[in-house]
Amino acid sequence: MTRTDVPLPQHQGFGATSRRDAWWAQPLLVFLGLSAFVVYSTWAAFQGVEYHFSGRGANYLSPFYSPELFGDSPHAWFGPKPTWYPTWLPWSPALLILWAPAGFRFTCYYYRGAYYKAFWADPPNCAVGEPRSGYRGEHTFPLILQNIHRYFFYLALLFIVILSYDAWRGFWFADADGGERLGVRLGSIVLLVNVILLSGYTLGCHSLRHLVGGGLDRLSGRPVRKKTYDCVSCLNRGHMRWAWASLFWVGFTDFYVRMCAKGVFTDVSIIG
Amino acid sequence: MPEMTFRIWRGDSSGGAFAEYRTEVTEGMVVLDAVHAIQAEQAPDLAVRWNCKAGKCGSCSAEVNGRPKLMCMSRCGDLPPGETVTIEPMKAFPLLRDLTTDVSSNFRAKMAVKPFKPRPPDAPDGTWRMDQADIDRPQEFRKCIECFLCQDVCHVLRNHEKHDSFIGPRHFVYAAALEMHPLDTENRLADLKGEQGIGYCNITKCCTKVCPEHITITDNAIIPLKERVVDEFYDPVKKLFRIFRPGNARR
Ligand code: SF4
Ligand code: SF4
Ligand code: FES
Ligand code: FES
Repeated sequence: MTRTDVPLPQHQGFGATSRRDAWWAQPLLVFLGLSAFVVYSTWAAFQGVEYHFSGRGANYLSPFYSPELFGDSPHAWFGPKPTWYPTWLPWSPALLILWAPAGFRFTCYYYRGAYYKAFWADPPNCAVGEPRSGYRGEHTFPLILQNIHRYFFYLALLFIVILSYDAWRGFWFADADGGERLGVRLGSIVLLVNVILLSGYTLGCHSLRHLVGGGLDRLSGRPVRKKTYDCVSCLNRGHMRWAWASLFWVGFTDFYVRMCAKGVFTDVSIIG
Repeated sequence: MPEMTFRIWRGDSSGGAFAEYRTEVTEGMVVLDAVHAIQAEQAPDLAVRWNCKAGKCGSCSAEVNGRPKLMCMSRCGDLPPGETVTIEPMKAFPLLRDLTTDVSSNFRAKMAVKPFKPRPPDAPDGTWRMDQADIDRPQEFRKCIECFLCQDVCHVLRNHEKHDSFIGPRHFVYAAALEMHPLDTENRLADLKGEQGIGYCNITKCCTKVCPEHITITDNAIIPLKERVVDEFYDPVKKLFRIFRPGNARR
């Protein structure tokens, strides 16, 4: 039988579908959720102030500003804003580093699928007509660049180490006598939950899954790799949920630190 | 007994229209039963493909209320009560007549995938040894019944008609089953990247959602294949490693 293209006449054009459910609801939610995050995080990144909190001896640093390579807080690695930094560029410690986690999320397989639908309507949802007829997908430039995701993953792994250290510091509070003591405040928990959620997201990455064993055809006889592969696969099955939970919480963590720094929230003591 | 109204696409490549039929629906009936009842009572010339009525032959694929489904596995009782049910043929393939389409592009796509090429037998009697743990992954893919619902819903075929440059989710599942097979020695990555067009997949997961065999098409077949393609073509560091560790790194 030769192929004769006779598309059904009733299904052309943007949004055309026979689906009866609210197919637009899911992409709309994704659109609103991601937009809200992008707006808030951009705003927060450009603030350049109130990103750390040292009230009553605390050591909190907003995850949007960690690692703080250069900056004015005690968390800065290499001292204040460098003199060589171009004056015409807006300055904030967050701008130096935020491209890495942003790139990681942007190239994440889950987010790609989600924002292609929600922001680019390609497709708007399954079995729903599209606005454009041309299509290149990730086959050619520019989206072929999504293939660098694994490099962003390596960076993201570094961030997990740094944010774990921040979370650990969140449990230490300066004494009046210059020493430090262990304690638990609401902020400590917020920072801890942040690194747990970000780890769950990062360690469920498809690139990691490939790296630890997915790229091999045989895992029998390699017990450690097999176990690791199974663990990553397990996190990977919930990758979407981890993605959203960690996205929300990382934004909330910045908000919490910011509100403490502004004096709006009082950081409640839980233990010590 | 309650009656239900079905709006069924009638027509062929020269054109067509929806026709409405009312038929009695009893407890436990599936959409395919209703179509058969309509065929028996009202429209003897209604073309519909089916075979097993058990969700295993993959013949009765169609779109029920706009969703790609096996008609034999769609219960009438699960449809919105009192509403007209729309039944259409699959949209990603040329229409033959009524609910039947020409799915032969899939056979051509499948032929393009290099066949199984096992390593030499492990034992003198010509047999091989495999570990179940290694065959678990290909086994998920072997559940495929070739219903082509995933091909139907995939926008690369459905909306962009790239049948000639994109083999589609079903055949990525097929390629993955071979590519990840512990005995296989063939390399299909250049084909996948090139003429088979895996880059066109934008991982929107519609294929996974419609698969009646619940194969995790995107996460377990397509993305792992994309990662293998990255290894081979887009990762300079991996390339460097391969210079120092020649041979097939995948085994
Ligand atoms: S995930 Fe890829 S193959 Fe599956 S429907 Fe979407 S574009 Fe098509
Ligand atoms: S992968 Fe699933 S949806 Fe696709 S042809 Fe096979 S059984 Fe059908
Ligand atoms: S696939 Fe989502 S983080 Fe890598
Ligand atoms: S008739 Fe065999 S799958 Fe429906």
